[in-house]
Amino acid sequence: MRTQQVNSLACAVAVLAICSLSSAQLTKDQEDTNLGMEAHVGKLTGHAKDAAMNYRRYCAGCHGDLGDGEGENAVWLDPKPRNFTLATFKCRSTPSGSLPTDEDLYETVGRGLESSNMPSWNPLSNQSRADLVAYVKHFSERWKTEKPGAPIEIPVQPAVTADRVKSGQALFQKLECWKCHGVEGRANGPSADTLTDDQNRPIKPFNFHDQTRFKCGETDRDLYRIFMTGLDGTPMPSFADNVKPDEAWDLVFYLRTLQPMHTQEKEIAKQLGLKPINTNAPAPANAPAPQPQSNENKPQ
Amino acid sequence: MKKPNLYRVIGTLSAVLILAFVVTKSQRSVRAAPPPEGGIAGTVKLEGTAPHQRPIDMSKEPACAAVHKANPVTTENVVAGADGGLKNVVVYISEGWSGSPEAATSTPTWDQKGCQYIPHVMGLDVNQHFKVTNSDPTSHNIHPMPKPGGPNHEWNKSQPSGAPPIDAVWGSEEVAIHVKCNIHPWMSGYMVVVKGPYGVSDDSGSFKIENVPPGNYTLTAWQETLGTQTQKITLAAGKPSTASFTFKAK
Repeated sequence: MRTQQVNSLACAVAVLAICSLSSAQLTKDQEDTNLGMEAHVGKLTGHAKDAAMNYRRYCAGCHGDLGDGEGENAVWLDPKPRNFTLATFKCRSTPSGSLPTDEDLYETVGRGLESSNMPSWNPLSNQSRADLVAYVKHFSERWKTEKPGAPIEIPVQPAVTADRVKSGQALFQKLECWKCHGVEGRANGPSADTLTDDQNRPIKPFNFHDQTRFKCGETDRDLYRIFMTGLDGTPMPSFADNVKPDEAWDLVFYLRTLQPMHTQEKEIAKQLGLKPINTNAPAPANAPAPQPQSNENKPQ
Repeated sequence: MKKPNLYRVIGTLSAVLILAFVVTKSQRSVRAAPPPEGGIAGTVKLEGTAPHQRPIDMSKEPACAAVHKANPVTTENVVAGADGGLKNVVVYISEGWSGSPEAATSTPTWDQKGCQYIPHVMGLDVNQHFKVTNSDPTSHNIHPMPKPGGPNHEWNKSQPSGAPPIDAVWGSEEVAIHVKCNIHPWMSGYMVVVKGPYGVSDDSGSFKIENVPPGNYTLTAWQETLGTQTQKITLAAGKPSTASFTFKAK
């Protein structure tokens, strides 16, 4: 008799679970089950249910109580706060189209997002930030059905050499980074004015001369990761399919010559007398060929 | 004593539901057994004058502008032939399909050529792989934009000139996924992901849906700006059927 009741109960729970998966809108019950969401960052385990108060206090003003990016401050902000219910994230270590890892979200919460209204939340404890990551995840069903992508591999950073800086510049031309970022990286390429994000809002490419920090970090590894994974939800694509891991470092080194701060790469560029790329000329002969060249690629 | 009774009622109800689910599911796979036969053919017409298609200025991409110098290209929102045949309409079975859950085995190609998508509209079965190629001497970024928050997810990959094809697949139905290239904002195309067979109308507006077993179906025709139309159709054994659609120009 007792087991029968337990069985019936288990059955009921199963049916409820099936029903809940089929609806897109979060119901109150679902919200409660989603609060069981966890985040794993190193040795930390974040619990969504422990973040509710911090989220209300620190996040809901912009990201909204429902995580839809429609908090009361949202109308005043540009770029707009992230809509967590869509589970599309710019700063990832994972391939384009996949979910970020918990560490990725944890890094973003701690670092904040440059050139936006998202500040660094490092003043909160590590545990609180891990809890908030779990809370961010609880807004989308996607985290229940899908695993984050496998993080891209970043080889050990090689030493900066003149050849690598030159080869990086050739890649900048070959991959046509300049179409948006401009020949000198001043965000004035021919396509720069037409760019929109996935919500059809205008968006600007990064101006390398303006800032030392990028949207998703400031280290060489961050820069490497940004162009290899792309920034989902924006026009910035992933280059991982067409740039070899080692060559990607060359591009990192070249991009560092464009930035306002003093860098070793900038010094090398100065010694080389490196000129901005000439888009009317074909890419220099030492341009790395990331893939078999087709005949169509030859200059007319 | 009251509570356990309630549990039992819920439990029994759930068990019945699950049983019903399992039974219908197994019935579906049984019905899928006979090999598909016959097909549906027809035409899609446009009534009225097609809206003006703007010429595309590709001067920002000289390599592509040169390709189209002799034959300037226009937008392809509504493409109708002289006799009113409407191109790029996807006709698919929206109700009644219970056939093979395996995806179509062919691998269609989505080419970027002359800074245009070829084809402009592509039909796909759920889980059917497709190839993205770049035939241009310039870089493209291929950026499909499924409905945000939906079952398919946007991705965005650079494909420089001469790069190898990208293999991709959509795991859920979606009518339709807009594809764009951020480098060349005039590039626009659609992938229509459906369950089961489909046909895409050609220059004369003709389409053909193959491998459809006899049965009662609802057909849906989708056009990127004119929306959708549906009609019911009954397929008799061993006899091809016809269906025609007419879209009114807006």
